Amino acid sequence: MTATLTKATPTMAARTKVLQRQGAAVALVLMVAVSWLVFPRFGSLDNLRDLALQGSFLAVIAIGMTFVIITGGIDLSVGSVYALGGVLAAWGSQYGFLVALALPLVVCGLIGLINGLLIARTNMAPFIVTLASLLFARGLLLVITDEGANTYQIPADSAFVELGRGTVFGFGYPIFVAAVLAVLGGMVLNRTNFGQNVFATGGAEQSAVLLGVPVAKTKVLVYTMSGTLAGLAGALTAAYLQSGVTVIGVGLELDAIAVVVIGGTLLTGGMGTVLGTVIGVGLIKVIQNVINQIGTLDSNYQSVVSGVFLLIVVVLQRILRR
Amino acid sequence: MTQTTQAPTKTAVGSAAARTRWLQDNGVYVAVGVLLLFNALFTANFLTLGNFTTQLVQAAPVLIVALGMALVIGTEGVDLSVGAVMALAAAIIPLYLGAGPLVAITMALVVGLLAGAFNGFLVARVGIQPIVATLALLVGGRGLALVIADGQLVQLHDETFLALGTGDVAGIPVSVLIAGLLALVIAGLTNRTTFGRQLVAIGGNRKAATLAGLPVNRVLIGVYAITGVLAAIAGVLATSRLAASDPADMGLLMELSAITAVVVGGTPLTGGKVRVLGTVFGVILMQLVRATLIKHNLPDSIAQMIQAAIIIAAVYVARERR
Repeated sequence: MTATLTKATPTMAARTKVLQRQGAAVALVLMVAVSWLVFPRFGSLDNLRDLALQGSFLAVIAIGMTFVIITGGIDLSVGSVYALGGVLAAWGSQYGFLVALALPLVVCGLIGLINGLLIARTNMAPFIVTLASLLFARGLLLVITDEGANTYQIPADSAFVELGRGTVFGFGYPIFVAAVLAVLGGMVLNRTNFGQNVFATGGAEQSAVLLGVPVAKTKVLVYTMSGTLAGLAGALTAAYLQSGVTVIGVGLELDAIAVVVIGGTLLTGGMGTVLGTVIGVGLIKVIQNVINQIGTLDSNYQSVVSGVFLLIVVVLQRILRR
Repeated sequence: MTQTTQAPTKTAVGSAAARTRWLQDNGVYVAVGVLLLFNALFTANFLTLGNFTTQLVQAAPVLIVALGMALVIGTEGVDLSVGAVMALAAAIIPLYLGAGPLVAITMALVVGLLAGAFNGFLVARVGIQPIVATLALLVGGRGLALVIADGQLVQLHDETFLALGTGDVAGIPVSVLIAGLLALVIAGLTNRTTFGRQLVAIGGNRKAATLAGLPVNRVLIGVYAITGVLAAIAGVLATSRLAASDPADMGLLMELSAITAVVVGGTPLTGGKVRVLGTVFGVILMQLVRATLIKHNLPDSIAQMIQAAIIIAAVYVARERR
């Protein structure tokens, strides 16, 4: 079908392809331009810094989710793992900077590793495996925090707090962490063998196996990465909030999936970009920011608009692909 | 694990495979039996009518939602929006309760029907993956419910409406009665009607079903619409029991409970099969697990981790099913 279409109207097909690839970017530029004109406060440096900081935590998680989704999988556990990472970091901060940072990365990475092993070695659906680890991670968090009654504080003079609150030209460290990870993620995905394996696994798993692509190893790595990044995002959040808040991250996995999809990564796997995901994060955060600027609007409109937006994007993607 | 399937003698292979298959088909009933026996022996005040009534009343809304979920999963889909639809139904009730409980309930069910049909339309007509299509309503639906309710919890005082949650017929609570009736209806629908056969055929192989001339789109839209209505019924019953409309918390994470129950009950996530009785027992099993843990004073944290282990075990046992 696509062959005939290309033959008949090559320019239109090309235009469609551009729109499909850059749709989110175009939408983001438009949103920013309109917001800038309509809301005087939107363009202020303070607001932009705040926006970038808010987006950076989600971006770190969504980068891992991008890899998982390109392999044709899904990771529902990241919201819980994120919260667990935050609590572990806060608890660990009493033993110094290194423990506060390493503990969440190791534990959350392990949860991701178990996800990956179960998915790759036993052929269980990623959906259900990571659903179980969503419950498990939340349970573990409750064990550590005395059933959620105990919120660990990070001492204000701890070097770890600096990781979340420190700034360069007013821009918080988490923004730079997210930016570096995004660049690294993009390079790994497009320039390395591992990246090629990720695409091959999601594109056509059977063929990939036959061609000798280490599909199982790729899956294990991808889920380990997703868990580790979710843990890192949690640690950064804890450093920023100066405490391990136990109730955060509920439903965050859905936000992460939404921004990945909005960024043009196909949920069926085999196609996607880290840059798209970052743009997706930008879009969702700008929408939320604008709704906050319209003071009279109920903050519940945020999720309504996000839902509608997600819908428009997936419907458009679907129509453009025909 | 692999040793059992590669056992040396032919009869051993046969019996091991047969045992696995038997466990796949009947594991959930055995598990419920074992838990009942355990509780009868070791839990004080377990074998009382009051306790059984409480357990069933708590399980009723989950069962009603899980019945719809079983149908959707049978078509190789999934519906993440059920919790949000419950919240929408809860938000609608106080708006129309002034015109009488019947009007209010009808309006709530109509909203459920529309939401479900919308999901079905996206999946069948537009061709969006079920996870994404229903994710949009999950993100937006609860926000919309909160917008409708102005973010408020509303106490309800209509006697007739509250009777749904507190009343009983011959000692059986109304909500349990409704859940039981609906289970019978859904069982009849899947096993005795053309619609049921078509549903399973579509889940087994959508392409083949299309080529065979089955009304694929109509059946899919029907299945999602039924799921929407069932979720709305669950929302109405839960609202009535709570004696308040609480869109912020109503049905939170219900999609996960429902999917768990369906999968534990032996319906494969790959579609092509619906086990209604298995689903009923899946709901009862998860309820019993929770009750057992609570009655033995195990904290919520451990309860969640055990639930996670049960999900993994159930899917692991079921995974070889084709």
